[in-house]
Formats: sequence, structure tokens, C-alpha cells
Amino acid sequence: MTAIPPTTLTDPTEVDTRKVRGLTRAEQRAIAAKGRLSSPWASGIAIVLAILWTVPTFGLLVTSVRPRSEIRSSGWWTFLQNPALTFENYSEVLFGSSTSFATFFVNSVVITLPAVVIPISLALLAAYAFAWIPFRGRELLFVAVFALQVVPIQVTLLPLLRQYVSWGLEGSFWVVWLSHSIFALPLAIYLLHNFMKDIPASLVEAARVDGAGHVTVFFRVLLPLLTPAIASFGIFQFLWVWNDLLVALVFVGGTTDVAPLTVRIAELAGTRGSQWHLLSAGAFVAMVVPLVVFLALQRYFVRGLLAGSVKG
Amino acid sequence: MKRIQRGRGLTLAASVAGLGLVLTACSGGDGGNASGGGGGDAEPTFDCADYEQYGDLEGTTVTVYTSIVDPEAEEQRASYAPFEECTGATIEYEGSREFEAQLPVRLEAGNAPDIAYIPQPGFLRSLVEDFPDAVQPAGEAVVENANEFYTEQWVEYGTVDGTLYATPLGANVKSFVWYSPSAFEENGYEIPTTWQELLDLTDQMVEDNPDVKPWCAGIESGDATGWPATDWLEDVVLRTAGPDVYDQWVNHEIPFDDPQIVAALEEVGGILKNEDYVNGGLGDVASIASAPWNESGNGIPDGTCHLHRAANFYQANWDEGLEVAEDGDVYAFYLPGASEDDKPLLGGGEFVTAFSDREEVQAFHAYLSSPQWANAKAEVTGQGWISANNGLDRDLLQSSIDQLSFDLLTDESYTFRFDGSDQMPGAVGTGSFWREMVSWISPGQDSETTLSNIEASWPSS
Amino acid sequence: MDWLLQPDTTAEKLTLMVIAILLFVVVMGAILLGIDRLKRAPTWVVVLGFLGPTLLFLAFGLLYPGLRTVWNSFRDGRGRTFVGADNYVTAFTDDRFQTVLRNTALWVVLVPLLATLFGLVYAVLVDRTRFEYLAKTLIFLPMSISLVGASIIWKFVYEYKPVQGNIQQTGLLNQVLVWLGMQPQQFLQDQPWNNLFLIAVMVWIQAGFAMTVLSAAVKAIPDDIVEAARLDGLHGLGMFRYITVPSIRPALVVVVTTIAMATLKVFDIVRTMTGGNFDTSVVAYEFYVQSFTARQQGLGAALAVILFVLVIPIIAYNVRQLKLAEEIR
Repeated sequence: MTAIPPTTLTDPTEVDTRKVRGLTRAEQRAIAAKGRLSSPWASGIAIVLAILWTVPTFGLLVTSVRPRSEIRSSGWWTFLQNPALTFENYSEVLFGSSTSFATFFVNSVVITLPAVVIPISLALLAAYAFAWIPFRGRELLFVAVFALQVVPIQVTLLPLLRQYVSWGLEGSFWVVWLSHSIFALPLAIYLLHNFMKDIPASLVEAARVDGAGHVTVFFRVLLPLLTPAIASFGIFQFLWVWNDLLVALVFVGGTTDVAPLTVRIAELAGTRGSQWHLLSAGAFVAMVVPLVVFLALQRYFVRGLLAGSVKG
Repeated sequence: MKRIQRGRGLTLAASVAGLGLVLTACSGGDGGNASGGGGGDAEPTFDCADYEQYGDLEGTTVTVYTSIVDPEAEEQRASYAPFEECTGATIEYEGSREFEAQLPVRLEAGNAPDIAYIPQPGFLRSLVEDFPDAVQPAGEAVVENANEFYTEQWVEYGTVDGTLYATPLGANVKSFVWYSPSAFEENGYEIPTTWQELLDLTDQMVEDNPDVKPWCAGIESGDATGWPATDWLEDVVLRTAGPDVYDQWVNHEIPFDDPQIVAALEEVGGILKNEDYVNGGLGDVASIASAPWNESGNGIPDGTCHLHRAANFYQANWDEGLEVAEDGDVYAFYLPGASEDDKPLLGGGEFVTAFSDREEVQAFHAYLSSPQWANAKAEVTGQGWISANNGLDRDLLQSSIDQLSFDLLTDESYTFRFDGSDQMPGAVGTGSFWREMVSWISPGQDSETTLSNIEASWPSS
Repeated sequence: MDWLLQPDTTAEKLTLMVIAILLFVVVMGAILLGIDRLKRAPTWVVVLGFLGPTLLFLAFGLLYPGLRTVWNSFRDGRGRTFVGADNYVTAFTDDRFQTVLRNTALWVVLVPLLATLFGLVYAVLVDRTRFEYLAKTLIFLPMSISLVGASIIWKFVYEYKPVQGNIQQTGLLNQVLVWLGMQPQQFLQDQPWNNLFLIAVMVWIQAGFAMTVLSAAVKAIPDDIVEAARLDGLHGLGMFRYITVPSIRPALVVVVTTIAMATLKVFDIVRTMTGGNFDTSVVAYEFYVQSFTARQQGLGAALAVILFVLVIPIIAYNVRQLKLAEEIR
């Protein structure tokens, strides 16, 4: 366990400016030293993987601007030979409902933000307790929480809904926030605990010796170190909530006051599932926000899930 | 009070948006989807004097939960406008494709909607059994409407153990074969009037042009894959074994794998499993299992097949720009019976059930069972909707196939039977029946095994 | 104060959202502040402050429903009468469920391994290259699509059209086969390969997760270790095998575990693409069907419990890792 030089305990903004300024000498040395698989083979594999991962989505993007009859009679790669372009799919997605698209969009945002903030905060506290507060039965409890990951959400729907109805809260944002928070906790605790316990004990112990309580250690020492991990889990949680249909469907139903985007997109398939061509456009509309969030937060974890190299 | 006002505003917005949709649809010239298709009026015509019977329901709200989503949901909402405007009640509509899975969850949690549209009588029966306190017997006005405007048979589908719980809403006719009138004319094909003529015509088609397979079929439908194949079997059971055996089979008074049913399935296999007959434009026999049902008829306008057995609601799936008419691009003929006088008719529909006996809920239920509503619905629907309500004005139906369907439904020379799988217990009707029919087609499981597997899955209680 | 429950306008909704977050922060803040003030608070009070709300949530939302499911698995379809182990007997003896169990095993082995492998290889390959941002975004892309959306995308890819007249292929994969001079295939139907084509979809989605986490771990490998290895003459694959992989072992365990858990629960892919036909069903989908479509709640519950049992090896492995880590610390 080497002590951490203070400069590597950087905050993300500093990481970023350094990125802009160009690589530091240490980094350049690191690149030279890493001896990566920088052969033509390596580049070839990377490019093939990138193409494999992108082409299906690209195909969907092209499909989403083609008329229905074209979609079924020829492949999207013939688009250039026969560029029949239509935005009808998009206009149906955006304006085809009696409820304005903006309403669903706002609902999605309103559902997602608290459903990301709340479980991450709770999970951070819990992960801290599991990692750094010794108490009896700690391991057993941690394993139990970890194991709860496997409870399928479906089995919880009925008991939860019954409870919400008896509280008179069904169909409101409150129960969606609560439900999403509950469902996210086991995985969040598991992941954050893993990052949390990687932090050198010496750091925590030093602070404890100085007389800092657990609350102080948590806020002063651990949180700053965990920023990238929080950002990356934040993205995943954001994606899961943003793309969730089941929880929204059960707890808020399709009432437009609270229903998120996914409910609207799911409807696009039509009563008898005959409008699949609209889903391509719907999928893209729904993807925009997660992508923006990913791009915005990417810089946080490009340097590692823990700020600074704390291992060694 | 606030919720109610908001609801009113919403409804108004809904009808305005509905209007807008139709306008854009017309000016955009798409006309392809069901809502814009026939260019129907967005607002039904009505006189509030006719609605006095429902009383003053100002300030009340009725929630409706269904499996019908946009664009059809838009027409549903529009058809409630007269009731809402004249009685002052607000209808809060919610459609979901997960309806069948979610309704029992809601009922069990005590979060029942006021009214739900149940797509299968079998589902209704299991709801009544599982939630006897939640499902409300129909009120007096509803019972009166049901008896007056629907045949005894249709009333029976909404009745469980002698109590009427649900009234029919929409209806559909499944005994249709879609074809291309122009291709028929070109080749000099006649519309068959008996089952044998249909088989002869099929052979004729193979002979005339071995490259074009006579039939095209597809039964892929997401997690409901297989249902179009069950309709095939039901239609043929009605023709080879007759309506009485059909009833016994559906009610499980004879085993599911009774020899007569095996024979019927073999008859279906004579077409669907015959490599010479299928699967035009889609592949071999096995491709039936993975061809999306809603695109499987496209071989007809494309010229890769001639015949496609599907319900009247298949009309919504034809490409934009195809004219659905007797002298148009595509049309349907009645799937013939054993003889010209033998005219069984397979169909389906959904049923309105109430989960509350509040005054406004009962009034709305009564409205939905009345000809007033049926006609209002017909007015706002472009195409693809009919009802078995005998007070429905045929002239309001805007597509010729809907009119034909309505004619067949109301013609007493046809023996109507409701979709069998819809009446069976869920484990069979929306489970093993679908699944086994897929196995029957795709890996080529034989008819007897298929039917005995389904028999084995029939719930014991 | 009606709008606290039923907000109408965008402003009300956003306000409600802010209130909810603030409320949470204030409550948690008060609890933590209270603990901090109590200088000599016994450990259990501190633990309760950190863990209490979480445990309350979990007990209410996951533990109780989970236990109820176990209870239901010994009861009949409508949860009315006790049927002993009947549901389990059905689940383990019925031919169909045997296939389902076999498929699930295939999924839970292949998806975590392949997704992690692709994610790791890719993370290492693009690490600190000029195109790193773009390259990572491309692999991450599928993560931002919902499972149903991803299934639709791949349904398009696998689409099959016969060789007949002027009919063109509309699925990319079959078009490639045709270009190569081969016959088009019905990918989702031909057993047993169809399972692999479904699994590919999940791998495609999860590789982004693996890549993101592992890339961060790769970056955290201390330079001195790498440099020392280099001086010892390790390059390319050797470096990958002997330095990179061992250094990020903990992260690999986390990624494999997380993906395995997610894989066991996923049912949307099977549901959207094959509806469980052609022997492609998995336990999670079958559980959904039995519980909600067929209304055989007892059997559905039994399947959920089986799902839980399948996870025990993963949990056990993680507990071991945890113990090892404790010892090192």
C-alpha cells in the first residue's frame, strides 16, 4: 500500500483540464511503457468489434426514415440506391398521440432524476457501512443484500402495489421513485462496496486517528475519491430507469399525467402489434437523452473508477 | 374538483388532437393507418336529448382500462365524446399492451379500474372465479340493452353461471380469405363456394404457375405467436366436424385430441404443411412459424401468393395506397364450408366489464352496450371496426370489408361461433394451444402429438 | 396540496421532483448529523444511521415479496391450497422445463463470459488511443437502448426471406450469406443455434457495461508494474495475459457477477424475438408466462425460486472473493 500523492487525488475538473492541455510527462511515459497490443491485428480486431456493435443500430437508424412498404421489401443497405426518405415515422412518434410528446418527456425526467439520486445516496452510505464500520454480522448482512439482486422485480409488483393502494399513493410519482430506489439498491451497494473497499485502509485509519467520526470520514475522505465510480454507476442507473417500462406500467399505469416515454413508445407497436415500423423511430427518440448523458459524464470515468491510482 | 377539471381539459385536447390527426393524415395523403384510413369525422353527430336517460353525471369520473392502444385508442376516446358532453361525466381512458397481464395484478392489489374491455370470454370467466367481489354483475339498463340489441349467443359469451357480467363491444369476423381481385380476374379464377372448390382452386393455382405458391401464412406475433394457427384449426373444425362438436371441444366435453379434431388438424395440414401450397413469398412450411402475421399477406399484392386466410381486421395491415374493395387491389371472400348451405362463421370480439356499481359507471356501461355508442364509434372509425349490435347503422361503416363482415354477422343463414381459444382457460387458450401449434408447424410435430400435448395441459380444476 | 400527489403542469412536476430530492437530503442529513453530534455513539447507532433506511427499503420491497414467493411456490395456481413440492416436480420433470433450464444455463454461462471478453479486449485495445472517446461511445451505444428496442434491432438483422422470384433479403445477416453465395437461414428457428443468436443480443448489450468498468480498471493499473513487466520482456498478448488480467481481477469478478445476475433475470429478449418458441425459452420468461399469462402463480413462484437457487454458486464465489480481500487488507 503506497501512500497516495496528493496530486493524484484530483477532482474531475482537474483531470479534464489536464486532458485538454495534453498528456503529462508521466502519462506519456505510461503510454510508452504499457506495451499495448498495438499491432495491426489489434487495430483490426478493435475496428471489427466497433463495426459489429454499431451496424445493427445504424441499420435501425436508416430504417427509421424509410417508408413502411420499403422497409419490408428491401434491406436498409439498398437505401443509397433507392433513397426514399420519410419523416412520417418520426412525426407519428412525436405528434401521433393526443398527449403532447413533451409531457411524456418531462415525466421521464421527473421520474428518473430522483430515482438515480436517492438509491445512489443510500447505497453509498450502506456500502460505507459494509466496508468500513466493523460490526457483528456485517458479512452475513452484506451477502444477504447482495443476494437480493436476484429477486425478480415481477414478484414484488403485487405486494408493493397492494401496499401503495392502501396508502392511497398509487399512480403518483412517489411510488415510482420509491420502487426504483428499492430495486436499484442491491446492485448499487454491491458495485459501490467494491470500489469503496479498494480505498487504502491507511487513508481511512489516518482520518479516524485524527478523531474524525464515520460521518466525517465518509464525506471528507471517501466521497471525493469515489466521484468517478458514482458517475459511472449514475449512468447505468439512469439508463435502467430511463428505459424501464415494467415499473412505470404497473405503478403509474398509462395515465398520461405521470407515464414516461417508454409507455408511449411501447404503445407505438399498435393494438395488434402491427406498427413495428414506428418502433425504429421511437427507439431513436428514446435514445437521445441517454446518449447525451453518457457523453457528458464520460470524462468522469475515463481515468478510472477511483480518482487517482490508489492501488499498488 | 381539480382533477375533474383537468380531465375535462384533457378530453377536449384529445378530440382536438384527434381532429388534427385526421387532417394531417388526409393532407399528407398517407391514409395507411387505421385512424386516418377512411377519413371519418373526428366528432360523432349527436343530440343531447338522447342522452337524458343517463342522468346528470356532472363532476364524476369513470376510468377505463383496455388493451386497445393508439391509433385505435384515439377512436375509442372520440366515441365517448357525446356521452361526456351530454352527461358531464369524464372518461379517463388507459390502453396498454400489457393489459391481460396487468389487470389481474390490479384487481388483486385492490386497484381496479371502473371498466375494462376483456378480449376473451375465457379470461372473463377466470376473473369472475378469481375475483368474485371485484367483477360487478351488469345493471338493469345494461341487461336490457344486451337482450335487446344482441343475439342470445353474444349475451351468453358475457354470462358466467347465469349472471350477465359483460356486454359485447367490438366484433370481428375471422372466416375470411384475402385475395387479389385483379389477379383472380387475370387468371380466370372463381371465388370458391365450397371447401372442395377451394382445394381445387389451390391445385389449379399450383398447376398454372408452380413458382407462385397459392397460400401465404404467418403466425409470428411476439409472445402471442401461434394464435393465427389456432384460428385456422377452429375454422376447419367448424367445417369438418360441425358447430356442435366444436362447442363440445371448446368446453372440453370431448378431449382436446378427439379423433375428429385430429382429422380437422390433418385437413389444415393438407394446406399449411403442403410444400406445394405454402409459403408464397415467405419460404417453406417452417417459415410460417416465424413470418410476422401482420405482414404475411403481402405476397398477394406482390404477386408471390394468392390466398391468405385472415380476419377482417387484417385490412389495417395492407400497405398504404392499396385499395381494399371487391374491385380493388385486395379483398376477402368467405372461407367456404363443406357445402354451399353449410356456412359456419368464426369470429371474436371484446367485452365490457364493470368493477364498480357507481351510478356513472353503470350509466357508461349502458351507453357502451347501446346502438348510440356503436354508431358513434362507427362514425369516428375510418376502417377496421364492427359490432354485433343489431342497432348499428350499416351505412356508417366506412370500409366495404367491414360492411361485408357486418352482413355476415347479422345474416341468420350463417352459424356464428366465437373464437374457441378465447373461450378456453388461459393456460390452454393463450398458452399451450399457441405454443403447440407453433411446434406443429415448425419442427413438424405430428397432429396427434400436438393435440394430446394440449390435452395434457388442460387445467384439472 | 393536491399537486403533491397529482401534479398537472410541468412546473408542478419539476417542483415536486426538487422537493422529493430535498426531502430525501434533509432527512438523511438530519440522521447523519445526529450521529455525528453524538460523539460517543455506540457502533450500532452509527450502523443504523448508515444502513437503516436501506435495510428498511429492502425488507419492504424485496425481502418480503421474495419470501412470499417462496411461500407461494408450495401452493396451487391461485395460491389457495398447499400442494407440497408439486410445482417443483413439474418444473424439473416436464420436458419443456428441462429445455428451459438447459437454455438458462447456456445463457448464464455464455453471456457473462462473452460480454466480459469482448468488453475487456476492446477496452484494452482502444485504451489511450486517439479515438478512445468515440470508440467507447460506439460500444456503449447498445446500453442506451431498452431491451425491447435492442430485440427489435436484432429481429431486423435476423430477418429471413426465401429465394423466390425477385424477393430481396431484408435482414442483414441473410444478405451477407447471400452475398457469400449461401442459402439464407431462419436464424431464430433453427435449433439449437437459435439460442446462440438470442444470446448474441444480450452480449451486444452488456459488452458496453463490461467495457466501461474494465476500461477504468485497466487505467488504474499502476505504471510501475507495467514498466517492470516491460523490462522483463513482456509485450502484447503476454502483457495482457500476465499483467492486465491479473491486475484487474476484482473488477472482472464484479463485471461477470453483475452480468450473470442481469442475464438470469432478462426475459424481454426472448419475449420479443421468439415468444419462447422453438425451444428458446429461459426461466425468467417462463416465470413471467406462468405468473401473468397462464395464471399459474404457484408454478411461476417455483420458477422464481429456481432462479434464486441458480444464483447461489455466484454468491458463494463472491463471498470467497470477499473473504480473500478481507485477508489481504
